[in-house]
Amino acid sequence: MNMYDGEYSDKVIDHFTNPRNVGEIENASGVGTVGNAKCGDIMRIFLDIDENGIIRDCKFKTFGCGAAVASSSMATEMVKGKSVQEAMEITNKAVMQALDGLPVVKIHCSLLAEEAIHAALWDYCQKTGTVIEGLKPPKADINDECPL
Amino acid sequence: MTTMQNVYLDNAATSCMKKEALDAMLPYFMEEYANPSSIHAMSRNPRAAVKKARAQIAACINADPSEIFFTSGGTESDNWALISGMEMLEKKGKHLIISTIEHHAILETSYYLEKRGFEVTRVGVDSDGIIKMDELEKAIRPDTVLISVMTANNEIGSIQPIAEIGKLAHEKGILFHTDAVQAFGHIPLDVQSMEVDMMSASGHKFGAPKGIGFLYVKKGIKLPPFMHGGEQEEGRRAGTTNVPGIVGMGVAAEISCRDMAENSAKLTELRDHLIDRVLTEIPYSRLNGSRDRRLPSNADFSFEFIEGESMLMSLGMKGVYISTGSACASGSLDPSHVLLGIGLPHEIAHGSIRVSIPEGTTMEQIDYAADCLKQTVETMRSLSPLYDDFIKQQRK
Repeated sequence: MNMYDGEYSDKVIDHFTNPRNVGEIENASGVGTVGNAKCGDIMRIFLDIDENGIIRDCKFKTFGCGAAVASSSMATEMVKGKSVQEAMEITNKAVMQALDGLPVVKIHCSLLAEEAIHAALWDYCQKTGTVIEGLKPPKADINDECPL
Repeated sequence: MTTMQNVYLDNAATSCMKKEALDAMLPYFMEEYANPSSIHAMSRNPRAAVKKARAQIAACINADPSEIFFTSGGTESDNWALISGMEMLEKKGKHLIISTIEHHAILETSYYLEKRGFEVTRVGVDSDGIIKMDELEKAIRPDTVLISVMTANNEIGSIQPIAEIGKLAHEKGILFHTDAVQAFGHIPLDVQSMEVDMMSASGHKFGAPKGIGFLYVKKGIKLPPFMHGGEQEEGRRAGTTNVPGIVGMGVAAEISCRDMAENSAKLTELRDHLIDRVLTEIPYSRLNGSRDRRLPSNADFSFEFIEGESMLMSLGMKGVYISTGSACASGSLDPSHVLLGIGLPHEIAHGSIRVSIPEGTTMEQIDYAADCLKQTVETMRSLSPLYDDFIKQQRK
């Protein structure tokens, strides 16, 4: 089964071509890295969170395919301005919907984006002693078994 | 950067048809459309055209026309040679040897044969993608009846020592098949001096249409049919003769072989220019496959810290069309078995692309592609957390 770029929605192509919020945040409130190079995807998300628990800024760096880049870009757009609790509740389905869908073999990219947000929020909780309801610690390596 | 161009560099996937081949085919659709197996007078011209094409192809590989059997393409030829070959030899032995970097048409067929009770040894290649001859020799058993090693690899372009393998096989009384799909029409082939017993080829890789190919079967080898039905191809391959396809393939073969030396020299110059530019101008890049023992049109690269599918997409937006060995482009778990076969770690294999240059490409187009590639690698690295980590590690 081959991936054709024709299977990507215009939104995926747009977020791949002009990814939003690429970069790093120095002294970020929280940083999360998920995935592994062996499987071909790594996502790192940086959060800048104010004293009221509102996400002021969010940046990302991603190693991976077009869908991985687009999913990270969309995820950073979605968490900006949200409370940490709201950000925690963003699912991979929401990321996918915002991208007008992903090919079946690329669904794991949106899952990786969800996990990256969670990992960054977890890091923030560890640093500040904040508790976010429902937030679980990130798995050591969510891609230990490469997903399909 | 100059203005956007369209540069097709995926010729190993398929080639543009040769104009002469298309022109030669056209009469056989609506004028000389009769079935060459018919007995009436209208079948005479199509029959003569097929005969001519058979001779044109045989001449390219120093074979006799009676040794050329038309098929639907490379995959059918490979399946026929392996499955019918092993069935034919079953009483003598049930062991087949192939290389680890064969095309899926051979690899998957070998898994199928294993399910049928045959035994298969897959011999490894060195870091250049050339079969390890000592391991091949060691793999030979008293019940080994067939060896199949591709002439040139479809991803990394490495050219195998076919004559040496042929000689070894025959010293041991073993039949030798080669998948020459990427090689036929591109590099010189001689079934006599290379001691090849069966050879697969596919028309669309050298300017003929898709859906036509052939299997060379040396005289005296009674390879049973794979397709059962009518008496076409001396009763060896049933199915109504694809006259236009065969005519197109004959012409494309003749032209490819006639112009081979000239095209090969031009392509080698373009390929080497691209390789030199990439390796000197793009840091943390590597060439996959042998520098010299490779197809004139093929250059395969890995770029550290980035992933192939995103490179492919980004290059496509600039009008440069290539392919990738990354798993992310295949929907499968692992990157290409060829890249893993030459010893690349998964993370490097994910960052691989294949460039295969068609005839007629200009130096200007290659320079445009190299400029785009350089820019794409920079952009993708600017997105990559692996590159960040690497740079930070370097500063320490």
